[in-house]
Amino acid sequence: MAHTSHDGENYLNHEKGLWSWLSTIDHKRIGVMYLFTVLVFFFIGGVAAMLVRAELFRPGLTLMTADTYNKMFTYHGTIMVFMVVIPLIPSAFGNFVLPMMLGAKDVAFPKLNLASYYVWLAGALVATASLVVNQLDTGWTFYTPYSIRTSTSASWVLLGAFIMGFGGIFTSLNFIATIHKLRAPGLTWGRLPLFVWASYATAIVQLLATPVLALTLFLVVLERSTGIGIFDPKLGGDPVLFQHFFWFYSHPAVYIMALPAMGIISEVIPVHARKQVFGYWAIALATFGIALVAFVVWGHHMFVSGQSELANFLFSLITMFVAVPTGVKVFSWVATLYKGDLHFRMPLLYAFAFIFVFTIGGLTGVFLAALGSNVHLTDTYFVVAHFHYVMVGGTIMGMLAGLHHWFPKMSGRMYSEGWARVSWFLVFMGFNITFFPQFIVGSQGMPRRYYDYVPEFTTLNQISSVGAWIIGVGFVLMALYLLHALFRGAKAPPNPWGAATLEWAQDSPPPFHNFDKDPVVTHGPYDYRTSH
Amino acid sequence: MLVDILRSTLPMAGSDVARDWDAFYAFLTWTSTIFFVGVVAAMVIFTIKYRHRAGHKADTEVHGNVPLEIVWTVIPTILVMVVFVWGYALYRDMVTAPGDSVEIKAIGKQWLWQFQYDDGRSYTNKVFVPVNRPVKFIITSEDVLHSFFVPNMRVKKDAVPGRYTTVWFEATAEGAHIVYCAEYCGTQHSGMLATVYAVSPEIWRRFIQGREIDENKLASGAADEVTMSAAATESKGGAERPISLIDQGRGLVASKGCVACHSVDGKQGIGPSLKGIHGAGVDFANGDHLEARDLNYLREAIEFPNARLVKGYGPMMPTFRGMVSETELTAMLEYIKSLK
Repeated sequence: MAHTSHDGENYLNHEKGLWSWLSTIDHKRIGVMYLFTVLVFFFIGGVAAMLVRAELFRPGLTLMTADTYNKMFTYHGTIMVFMVVIPLIPSAFGNFVLPMMLGAKDVAFPKLNLASYYVWLAGALVATASLVVNQLDTGWTFYTPYSIRTSTSASWVLLGAFIMGFGGIFTSLNFIATIHKLRAPGLTWGRLPLFVWASYATAIVQLLATPVLALTLFLVVLERSTGIGIFDPKLGGDPVLFQHFFWFYSHPAVYIMALPAMGIISEVIPVHARKQVFGYWAIALATFGIALVAFVVWGHHMFVSGQSELANFLFSLITMFVAVPTGVKVFSWVATLYKGDLHFRMPLLYAFAFIFVFTIGGLTGVFLAALGSNVHLTDTYFVVAHFHYVMVGGTIMGMLAGLHHWFPKMSGRMYSEGWARVSWFLVFMGFNITFFPQFIVGSQGMPRRYYDYVPEFTTLNQISSVGAWIIGVGFVLMALYLLHALFRGAKAPPNPWGAATLEWAQDSPPPFHNFDKDPVVTHGPYDYRTSH
Repeated sequence: MLVDILRSTLPMAGSDVARDWDAFYAFLTWTSTIFFVGVVAAMVIFTIKYRHRAGHKADTEVHGNVPLEIVWTVIPTILVMVVFVWGYALYRDMVTAPGDSVEIKAIGKQWLWQFQYDDGRSYTNKVFVPVNRPVKFIITSEDVLHSFFVPNMRVKKDAVPGRYTTVWFEATAEGAHIVYCAEYCGTQHSGMLATVYAVSPEIWRRFIQGREIDENKLASGAADEVTMSAAATESKGGAERPISLIDQGRGLVASKGCVACHSVDGKQGIGPSLKGIHGAGVDFANGDHLEARDLNYLREAIEFPNARLVKGYGPMMPTFRGMVSETELTAMLEYIKSLK
């Protein structure tokens, strides 16, 4: 059980004042700063999504002009991808939890960790400022030659994304070094929590893939400013080359987003089912299987781009193999419930929501991986629905499971379980009401990024828009009960869920130095026989 | 039957390939549904059976089951391989145009589709095709990326500036089939619509003889009403017969000065003769070899002549990038293609 620390000293009250936060090298505080900043961007990106759905409530002009609409979905995509979903779990929860899970006092390079926050923030602010001042209408994929020729300014936003990439690289370096070097005595590789395995795989992917994105974006900026021909055929460049470069990063990025969420689910289900995870090594290996395959499937975004038929053949074949380890994980999570003792607390409810939506996201991925079916479905709302089922359904539901799981540890407070359930219901139902109709409207042929649509698509779009507002209400409610919990919530005990990983083996919130006495690990991460 | 249930989620199937596509889609949908229902059912059953209650304890000894794990690895592997093979076979059918296809050029530009027939006629945002005959579109773009998407035929291909791509279908249903632009291209992306009119053999016969089609009367069906008389066609501005693409191309190749260096009859000149080069192999100065010179090679040779120099020739030719429009290029290549 927890070591009772002296006089309620903890990382939140150890030092006071804004400067003590801004200059902190404590991984927990940096994690909290990341979480706070990312949630601010999540709010902005969410508002853009609500406006997009409002415009699509009716065909033709509902609320804004086509140009404004094009900017709005660009803001939504750019903010959500680069400023929310990529940094969300590794940088916020990874930073907060990972060193404690390892029994470490901090990450391997605490100052680099703080630098990562500021570099990422600087990039995010450059991008945001440019979105506001110069505006952007290219979509988050910045496809050339449109992004070279648009009158809005792609350069600064790309530069912002370029800078943010370095923040991710720093964090990844830190995690890899920390996992290798700072594990507590007795914490063998076979006793690592699965969230650590997931963070490890993510860090490797991020470290290897991000530089490619950085270079690509840099080349676009160069082409826009100097007119050298790289991607624009007018200048002798090749627009399809940009797509190769872009997806060489952005496909692995999907796993940068999804793997940590899977890590959280692997953490949450055993704790709240009171049972050893089913197939520990299968899940850990599947994580690496997915990370590895992630690098060689980028061309499946380009089946109708004009790339060679041989490339299409190979990319489709390899992509099929993503389904296998993904399936293994889903089956293992469900099997973990078998003969468990299920406590339907918020983290487990979000894990259920995750499995439900992520399974749909994964299965519809097979539709898009197969060549024949892809041709009709690609670039339609089917794709929009698919990746929201994977990213919102996967990453955001996983994040919400993690948020509700670790909130007591981070804040030292408990939230209202009743309101949390209402909010869960709204978010889960709203999500499916929003995105399921998009599979149908996409199969019927409605292309993505459409400001206007034929009247036949009206009903499905209206259902989708109503769903989006339900999600919106769910999130507002969540913000309210979490804020209320921060100030008025009941004090959280050190280990409210009876978890066996090390971050729970201390007070909530944890003391500044994490562990008063260096922990020694004698059992697996999901061994509840001793702890309960 | 299983396909029929899904019909309402799909557009009309306007070709045999579209029907095959629907069958594959049905297979994917029902297989996925079985998996999904299985996962959710297990979750629900476990939720009820193993919920926390007084006296209930977890069985902490269960932490894996090797045979089960092998089964749920192997079965999905086999299934996705079936999906891959079926998907690839379908794809081959979708992209391999029969040799006797009617050929139509499609050029995407912000924000319209322009269609060109070999006889020189061109239409904006509408194109006429015969039913029950394969039709091949040679697609390119004048500015940014677009994508030629005909949902009823289940086909789609990007229009890439500086390059030709192709798409084909054989319409089995007469009538209007909508064309969307499926690759984001700016302000009017969602307004970049066109219509494919699949017409009866009789109307098509009159069309290729030079008569114009009144698409608003297509629904009525009678060929006499739909195709305008020769006189009406002329009064609608068709007085001058359009110049065929090959003739346009011949004129352009002369007026742009190509013939000064490139003969059209196989005679050796300062540059390679244009006769018979389409489809023929070639060795380059850098040692590379190209099996068959296709349209994409030929347009590169016009726009960026020094990108790949033919063996035995120096870098003499100026670049024609920006000097020829996309429509001119189409005509010139059509002419070069005809020099057999």
